[in-house]
Amino acid sequence: MTERNPASQATAPAIVNEFSMVVATVNGSGSQTANVSLLRALFRMGIPVSGKNLFPSNIQGLATWFAIRASAKGYLARKETADILISVNPITFAEDLAALAPGGVCFYPENTSQPLSRQDVIYYPMPIQQLVKQIDPPKALRDYIANMAYVGVVAQVLGIERQEIREALNVHFRGRASAVDLNMKMVEAAAEWARLNLTKQDPYQVRRGDGTRGQIMIDGNTAAALGAIYGGVGFAAWYPITPASSLAEELSEYIPRLRRDPESGKVTCAVVQAEDEIAAAGMAVGAGWAGARAMTSTSGPGLSLMAEFAGLAFFAEIPVVIWDVQRIGPATGLPTRTSQGDILFARFLGHGDTKQVLLLPGSAAECFEFGWQAFDLAEHLQTPIFVLSDLDLGMNAWMSEPFQYPDRPMDRGKILTAEDLERLGAFARYRDVDGDGITYRTLPGTDHPLAAYFNRGTGHDETATYSERPEDWEGNLKRIWRKLEHARTLVPGPILQPVAGASIGLIAFGSTDPAIREGRVLLEAEGVRTSYLRLRAVPFSDEVERFVRQHERIYVVEMNAGGQMRQLLQIEYPDQAAKFRSLAHIDGLPLSAHWVAEAVLAEEWRV
Amino acid sequence: MAASVQSQASRPSGVNSIGLERSDYKGLPTTLCQGCGHNSISSQIMAACFEMSIKPEKMIKFSGIGCSSKSTAYIMSRSHAFNGLHGRMPPIATGALLANRALKGIGVSGDGDTASIGLGHFKHLVRRNVPVVYIVENNGVYGLTKGQFSATADKGQVIKSQGENPFLPVDICMEALAANCGFVARSFAGDPRQVKELIKAALAFKGTAVLDIISPCVTFNNHDESTKSYTWGKEHEDALQDVTLVPVREDIRVEYEPGQVTSVEMHDGSKLVLEKLSRDYNPTDRGAALALLEEARSRQLLITGLIYINDEQPTLVDVQEIVDTPLALLPAEALRPSRQSLDDLMAQFR
Repeated sequence: MTERNPASQATAPAIVNEFSMVVATVNGSGSQTANVSLLRALFRMGIPVSGKNLFPSNIQGLATWFAIRASAKGYLARKETADILISVNPITFAEDLAALAPGGVCFYPENTSQPLSRQDVIYYPMPIQQLVKQIDPPKALRDYIANMAYVGVVAQVLGIERQEIREALNVHFRGRASAVDLNMKMVEAAAEWARLNLTKQDPYQVRRGDGTRGQIMIDGNTAAALGAIYGGVGFAAWYPITPASSLAEELSEYIPRLRRDPESGKVTCAVVQAEDEIAAAGMAVGAGWAGARAMTSTSGPGLSLMAEFAGLAFFAEIPVVIWDVQRIGPATGLPTRTSQGDILFARFLGHGDTKQVLLLPGSAAECFEFGWQAFDLAEHLQTPIFVLSDLDLGMNAWMSEPFQYPDRPMDRGKILTAEDLERLGAFARYRDVDGDGITYRTLPGTDHPLAAYFNRGTGHDETATYSERPEDWEGNLKRIWRKLEHARTLVPGPILQPVAGASIGLIAFGSTDPAIREGRVLLEAEGVRTSYLRLRAVPFSDEVERFVRQHERIYVVEMNAGGQMRQLLQIEYPDQAAKFRSLAHIDGLPLSAHWVAEAVLAEEWRV
Repeated sequence: MAASVQSQASRPSGVNSIGLERSDYKGLPTTLCQGCGHNSISSQIMAACFEMSIKPEKMIKFSGIGCSSKSTAYIMSRSHAFNGLHGRMPPIATGALLANRALKGIGVSGDGDTASIGLGHFKHLVRRNVPVVYIVENNGVYGLTKGQFSATADKGQVIKSQGENPFLPVDICMEALAANCGFVARSFAGDPRQVKELIKAALAFKGTAVLDIISPCVTFNNHDESTKSYTWGKEHEDALQDVTLVPVREDIRVEYEPGQVTSVEMHDGSKLVLEKLSRDYNPTDRGAALALLEEARSRQLLITGLIYINDEQPTLVDVQEIVDTPLALLPAEALRPSRQSLDDLMAQFR
């Protein structure tokens, strides 16, 4: 013990597997390995847990916070206040300490010059430099390894099993034993130091539980990439952008492992890093038109550039999947902060009369599921499918049920082969033969003189020939809209949690799900009962309308300033428009349950 | 030497080696202005494909937006075509040709498309060596929007509505070379024999083949004192700005031998100076090719012929290491990994 540590603290009753912790570090210092190891070790001990990386748009040097929430009860939304602070960033130490919950715990480097100003906090010093010296890692790795010192100290004080830290590192380093061993050496040394030198004074304890049995932990972007791979992606183009880059990078990581032809050793999917997002979208549109399952992934600023191709693909009826891992905008905005702000933009992306289909994954499992389903929908409907994830879902590790293998064969849509053409004796690309608005297409290379058509973004008749005839324009666009009307019966339906007799309905979507679920429990404790509908797609299916009609007041909770989903619902159900109340909030941080509950209560008190 | 101007060559009858007739390579009737150089190029594309016995069904046509881009409708109706967005032909072609590596790609673009709005895409397509024949029908003006300067317009050129062009032109061949293009050629639409031979060479090339073809605009070519220069009377200039009056002209034709310089009179009486690369020019020396283009610029003439060739560079399809079967045609079993693989993978995320 150093003299700075308060001499005596009354030991409170144990708080087991229920805390929030924040690790305050400096960006680029290699703390990610340490933080995700802590996170996964807790997960592997059977404790439901979430981790959220609040990082700056910076390569090195600015403050970063990693928030871990462990909850035996399974509440995994962001918590506004941390119970435990691990501070290795002196710049933010004072504010981090000030923000700690009453009676919180603070781990800090023992040589800090910062004042330990709060009397109610329990302090644990960490001799990080001395510990690093002790294990003497290679010089180039010294700073990275140093982070593992706090992992060892915290593990010892809280009771996180070291074997599970080793397993977590094994996942992180994808089985590279040398990296795992070196990091573990630091963890072990630090834990041993803590065992000999620190006296447990805080109430927080980690004990093996049963809350994560059978589950996995994965980020949404990896899940999306895997979903695409199991969905048969044949072409992906992208341009680097936070927070979407890792989606394409994971494609490149897993395609050689999962999509290699055993005979030739070659892969069955091409991935191209384009010169910009216009090109990324254009390449995907070209590939989708040619018959490959094609996708691109981006975030807001990239989506702006893709508007031109989105309109073309909508109008020329080309299947393509576009992932938008949303970050906060407008403009460059905050590249490393989360948002649900692209709803209206994506829905109407493209000039003129466009309407796009949106999928809204709310979990890592849904990132996987929609990852493959999006291709079926795109090819069935011959239209772009937008999948709107966000930074929180895409880049942070989430607990998840293991992904379910696709439960149905691929739907490649209406494609005519040379044999079909021979049998039919005629082909018109945009003739609505079946009356569902979805027409037949041929792929380039189809070996029949009738196969070709002139794909274009200009006005066309049924044979894809340029036409300025008013009836051709109007008839074509109306057919496309009919097709999209039909889409509402095909897209994933909402997830309903109705409560009998509840007059209040909550509608939300995407990554806010944990905050909504916990928020409803908080509301219930206040005597406010709510039904909950989580949207999973636009256009809305019939269940959404029923839900809206069944409840007196509908709160639409979303992470944007304007209540964008609320606006879409009001457009869709104009006679119900007065029912909708917007709980729209955006400051770049994931929603907390507390905010959800407070926002509903504030409105209810007004009623 | 004076150019000999002749009317369009008559087509020999008969079938090619895959049993197709010339008519099997036909497109829709052109809606471009009569006498437009683009129509002449279209004829040579069809002739080249016929003569090389390329099956139309095994070809994809790409284009952007503009007069030149419309012309893909006027060739080979039995080939699929993608008439995309202004300047965005390169990404579309990149995606489509990776999706189906068995198909031959031919792109027809213009100077607005390639040298202005899509210059970045063009250079990146070249840099990646996408296997495509990339034809630029270069006339130095925006025809479809009625005669504004394009990025290849000569410095000092005058258009009544916009005055004098103060900027040096973008040299498409120079840009292609700078981006490491393995096939760079320039021709003149009025020299059908050379155009056709270069298209055939380009079709035989495995990577990106860029053909910058100077293609006179019969309606908006009211330039003054430039490489595409002419002296144009004031009274005519007014008439040319009136797009309701589109003069009906004969195609311009020129024949001259390698190593020769020729001067050709355009529809409006202007003169274009062409120099055909001599037979002993070595097109495999990149440094010499760059020097040649620079020299041509300083001498205010257009070098025609194959300026540079290097077929050693891997194409984008090569570097992707994708399977031989076109990705677009892979069956579901090749596209969806096994159930077992997913189970194994899930275990790695515990």
